[in-house]
Amino acid sequence: MVYLTRKLEFSASHLYHNPALSAEENKRVFGKCSNPHGHGHNYTLEVTVAGEPDPVTGMVLDLKELKEILEQEITQRMDHRFLNYEVEELKGQIPTCENIVRVIWNLLEPKIQKGRLYKVRLYETPELFAECYRNGAQGA
Amino acid sequence: MNDGLKIELGRRYRFSASHRLHSDRLSEEENRRVYGKCNNPHGHGHNYVVEVRVSGNVDPATGMIANLADLDGFVDEEVTEPFDHTLLNEDVAAFRENVPTTENLCKEIYKRLKHFPKAKLERVRVEETSNNAFEYAGEELQDCQTVQQGDHGQ
Repeated sequence: MVYLTRKLEFSASHLYHNPALSAEENKRVFGKCSNPHGHGHNYTLEVTVAGEPDPVTGMVLDLKELKEILEQEITQRMDHRFLNYEVEELKGQIPTCENIVRVIWNLLEPKIQKGRLYKVRLYETPELFAECYRNGAQGA
Repeated sequence: MNDGLKIELGRRYRFSASHRLHSDRLSEEENRRVYGKCNNPHGHGHNYVVEVRVSGNVDPATGMIANLADLDGFVDEEVTEPFDHTLLNEDVAAFRENVPTTENLCKEIYKRLKHFPKAKLERVRVEETSNNAFEYAGEELQDCQTVQQGDHGQ
């Protein structure tokens, strides 16, 4: 098995606010992440696909193909967007790294036909990331 | 959410400390041979990076596995505050007995963070320099690994 990883960057804004909580509770739980006009990050996404190289091409999947999937599913949907308001899949969720990474997994998994999606890691800053993989897969 | 997916949260912290690699079980010559310049008598320092990974259910009310303020506070109290700007050999009790290699440091940090009450500790990675990294995921996991590139602390 070979694991290939492609990186992608996108920039987006978000804010943390749970309408079921009072203004004070939102402030207490989410701190400055709840500032009403939002704030932005440069996100870095790492997508890892596992598979056996095709004997003819030597590839698990064509990187161009993966790049196009990422462009269509992630960049076009999330880059330079306000995640709370402009990304349908995040509606009703707090757009934390944990929730975004799950949305990204669910967008990519059905699109990757050669090899299989193994791991998605999303950095919100260089010091903070969330990772998503199938239960039982090694999270290394 | 039971969709067969596992989510982990990773957070990186930094502290600076000095250490000296020296084992009381070895002779002076053996210490010099084994540890090289890491055995120099007055120690030397590193900027350590500690990567902490936790897992758990993502709370639908907050979208979080654990509130970062809780994780940061816990790591600060257990690791950053007691380790930063110290001589590990003298100032951290565990390293009066054990050589403060980054292997042992990694295990000590894991031990201290294992009791984080808000999420499950998955693994600890310690980067001693940008060329040396060590990971520990507890004894029960098969995939715990030590990754080392280059020599100790050089």
